Amino acid sequence: MKLIIAMIQPHKLTDVKKALFDAQVYKMTVTNALGCGQQKGYTETYRGVISDINLLKKIRLEIAVNDDYVEPTIKAIIKGAKTGSIGDGKIMVMDMVDCIRIRTGERGSKAIG
Amino acid sequence: METLATLKTGIDTMWVLISAFLVFFMQAGFGMVEAGFIRAKNTCNILTKNFLDFCMASLGFFMFGYAIMFGPGNGLFGLKGFFLMGAESPVSIPLFAFWLFQAAFCGAAATIVAGGMAERMKFQAYLIYSFVISALIYPIVGHWIWGGGWLSQIGFADFAGSTVVHLTGGIAALVGTIMLGARIGKFNQDGSPNVIAGHSIPLASLGVFILWFGWFGFNPGSTLAVGDGSLIGRIAINTNLAAAMGGIVAMALVWKLFGKPDLSMAMNGALAGLVAVTAPCAFIEPWAAITIGAVAGLLVVTAVVVLDKLHIDDPVGAFPVHGVNGIWGTLSIGIFGQKALGLAGDGFLYGGGFAQLGTQLLGVAAAGLFVALSMGFVFKMIDLFIGLRVSRDEELKGLDIGEHGMESYAGFQVFSTQ
Repeated sequence: MKLIIAMIQPHKLTDVKKALFDAQVYKMTVTNALGCGQQKGYTETYRGVISDINLLKKIRLEIAVNDDYVEPTIKAIIKGAKTGSIGDGKIMVMDMVDCIRIRTGERGSKAIG
Repeated sequence: METLATLKTGIDTMWVLISAFLVFFMQAGFGMVEAGFIRAKNTCNILTKNFLDFCMASLGFFMFGYAIMFGPGNGLFGLKGFFLMGAESPVSIPLFAFWLFQAAFCGAAATIVAGGMAERMKFQAYLIYSFVISALIYPIVGHWIWGGGWLSQIGFADFAGSTVVHLTGGIAALVGTIMLGARIGKFNQDGSPNVIAGHSIPLASLGVFILWFGWFGFNPGSTLAVGDGSLIGRIAINTNLAAAMGGIVAMALVWKLFGKPDLSMAMNGALAGLVAVTAPCAFIEPWAAITIGAVAGLLVVTAVVVLDKLHIDDPVGAFPVHGVNGIWGTLSIGIFGQKALGLAGDGFLYGGGFAQLGTQLLGVAAAGLFVALSMGFVFKMIDLFIGLRVSRDEELKGLDIGEHGMESYAGFQVFSTQ
C-alpha cells in the first residue's frame, strides 16, 4: 500500500482527473495549497508599489493505492499534469502503514478498494 | 409667453439630463453583470475595460462621434461639428445636454462587447476597439437612423435604440467572440460544452437591477421632452412590463428544459425583454410590451443554447441578449406598432400590412451587415498589429495578474482549477 501525494498546477486538475479516471483510479482527495519550488513566482503592483508573490497556488492530490496501481497512477498524473515547463509539480510516493474504512471497519488493501 | 417657453425648455433639459445620468449608471450595471458572470481571476480586467470604455467613448464621441452622427452631411454620415465646433442640437434642448445623453448611449453600445469577449481579450486591443466603435462605427449607424440618414428617410423606426445601440453592440460582440475563439476548457474534444460558472451571482443580480433601473432613463428619456407626461408614462410602463415578462418566460423555459429555475438565465431574460422593448416602447400598448418581452425570454434562452452548439463562447450572453433581441425588438415595431402612437405606418396587427415590417427588416439587415463587416475589419487590424488574444499562460493564470498585476480579491485565496 502506498500513499501518493502530488502537487500540480490548479488549471491541470481537469486533465489529471481525466487521466486518472482513464487509468481506473477513481478515489482521490484534492486540496488547495500554496507552495513554491523552482518557480520565482510573479510580481504584483498595487497603486505603484511592486510586491513579490512567492507562494503560488497549487493543487495537492492525495491518492491511496494498492501496490499494482502505483505505476499506473504515477503515469496518469504525469500524463495529465506535464507541460514541460517549470511549475508542473512533483509526485511523492510513500509507504502506508494501514488504511481503515470507517463505515465497515475493513483494513488494509480491502479498505483502499 | 417667453418665460413659459424658457420654462418648458428648462424642464425638458432637466428631464434629459436626469435620464443621461441614469443611462450613465447603466455602465455600472454592465460592469457588475459581466464581473459576476465570469471567473474571479478576470474580474479586475473586465471592470477596467468597462471603466475605460466609457472614458474612451466620451472622448471619441466628443471628437468625432457627434459630428458623424448628428452633423449635417449625406445619407450615410455627418460631416460637421467635429470637437463640437459649430455643432448644433437637433432638438429644442441645449446642445451640451443632448450631447451628454447621446454620449451615455454611445458608451452603452461600446461596453456590451466587453462581456462577449471576456476572459481572453487583450486590454490594449480593447482600448483601441472601444475608441473606434464610439468615434466611427456607432455614430455611422446612429446617423442612418437618428441623424437624418437614409434609414430614417424611408420610415425605419427605432425609438430608443434596439438597433442603434444594442444590435450594434451585440453584433460587434458576436464577431469579436468568433474571431477570438472559445476560452480554454470551454469545449471538450468531443465538442460538448463545459460549465465555466460565474464567480458572483450577487454581483450579477445587482448589475441586472442597476441596468433595469437605468433603462428608465434609456427609454423614457429618449422622448427628449416631457410634454404632458403621457408618452413618458407609456414608455416607462412598457419598459417595465417587457422586462418582467422576459424574466418570467426565460425562467420558466430554463426550468422546463434543464429542471431548475436558473437565476442567471432569468436575469438574461429580463435584460432581453428590456433590449427588445427599446425600439417599440413608444409605439405600442402595454399588452404588446408583455408579448414582446415573452418572445424575448424565449429567444434569449434558445440563443444561449444554440451558441453553445455552434461552439461560440459568449461568457455573459452578450449576443443572445443584445444582438438577437435587438433584431427582434426592431422587427416587433412592424407587428405591434401603431400609427396613432406616432409611427409612420400601422404595424401588421393594425392592418398596416407588411410595409413597416419590411422597412424594419431592411434596416436591421443593413445595420447588422455594416457592423459585422466593419468590426470584423477593425478586429482583424487590431489582431495583426497588437494581437487580440492573451497568451495561453496568461489566460490560465488570469488576466488580472497578467494584464494589470493585481488581484480583484486581495487577501482572499481564490483557487481556480479551470
